Amino acid sequence: MATPNTPLWEVFIRSRNGLAHKHCGSLHASDATLALQAARDIFTRRGEGLSIWVVPSSAITASDPSEKGMMFEPAESKIYRHPTFYDVPEEVGHM
Amino acid sequence: MTVASISVSETPLVLYLLRRADDALILGHRLSEWCGHAPMLEEDMALANMGLDLLGQARELYSYAAKIEGKGNDEDKFAYLRDVRQYRNLLLVEQPNGDFARTLARQFFYSAFADLYWRAMMKSSDATLAAIAAKSEKESAYHMRHSSEWMLRLGDGTEESHRRAQTAIDDLWAFTGEMFAVDDGERALIDAGIAIDPASLKAQWFKTVSGIVNEATLALPKSDWMQQGGRIGRHSEHLGHLLSELQSMQRTFPGATW
Repeated sequence: MATPNTPLWEVFIRSRNGLAHKHCGSLHASDATLALQAARDIFTRRGEGLSIWVVPSSAITASDPSEKGMMFEPAESKIYRHPTFYDVPEEVGHM
Repeated sequence: MTVASISVSETPLVLYLLRRADDALILGHRLSEWCGHAPMLEEDMALANMGLDLLGQARELYSYAAKIEGKGNDEDKFAYLRDVRQYRNLLLVEQPNGDFARTLARQFFYSAFADLYWRAMMKSSDATLAAIAAKSEKESAYHMRHSSEWMLRLGDGTEESHRRAQTAIDDLWAFTGEMFAVDDGERALIDAGIAIDPASLKAQWFKTVSGIVNEATLALPKSDWMQQGGRIGRHSEHLGHLLSELQSMQRTFPGATW
């Protein structure tokens, strides 16, 4: 139940050392401490995480879906930006 | 009810284990009653999680009690086939959920004790109990943190949340003394290094509890009159109702599985 007293928080979980925190969902909580505890109870019940971040959803500035064309389509025709045109020397091995 | 209750050979260690197992089972069951009813989804999950931690503790303690007793009983028989007078849990944990504040106050009083208790029990001379303690301590520490944070917010929240939290503390206070009581059988286990003396935890428990209660702008009652009886099977009227629900399936369909 969302009320003005329980704002929305975005939850990020890091699953193992060395991997980045990944967004895994959102929840309602009255403050940061309870948001962290709720995140622990909702998103790490099956041993998914070793570290949790919670961020007020209001702190996130998101791109506007209606500007998708302007924002992302120009990149789709620039295949030369992918590093697939190089010959990797044998001695480099696995990259 | 069509299945007779089991009889239990309550040697001091079996009785000691059943008391702690019953605490965990009954409190865990109380928390499970919130499932689908909590004020918000997040807290619904939190309460169920704590309930499952406690159920896990109960299972390990019952299994160990069954092994020590050696009479063919098992965790299910202890849970499903004992009558209310055979249950040995604290009166505190069987008290009804009431409102959210009462559930959290009950959890807070118990977890403040359980956290200290399991940490101390990690030094038990009984290797199995020490291992159960090591696992339970982490769970209880989190229950303590969660219930403490809620006591602070309820006490120092709105006028209504403050009133509800204070009422819960006032009503439950008389059930806290039982956590520190010891009988002759337990005294022998304490002397043998198997159990720890709960009286040795009382000062720290009071310091922690009163510190958080004061910070929450709430107050502990001045009364030191304490209610007892759960440890010897003299329960409040609430436990029988709880057990009738908890046991109804196994009493009606003995050995049912799914």
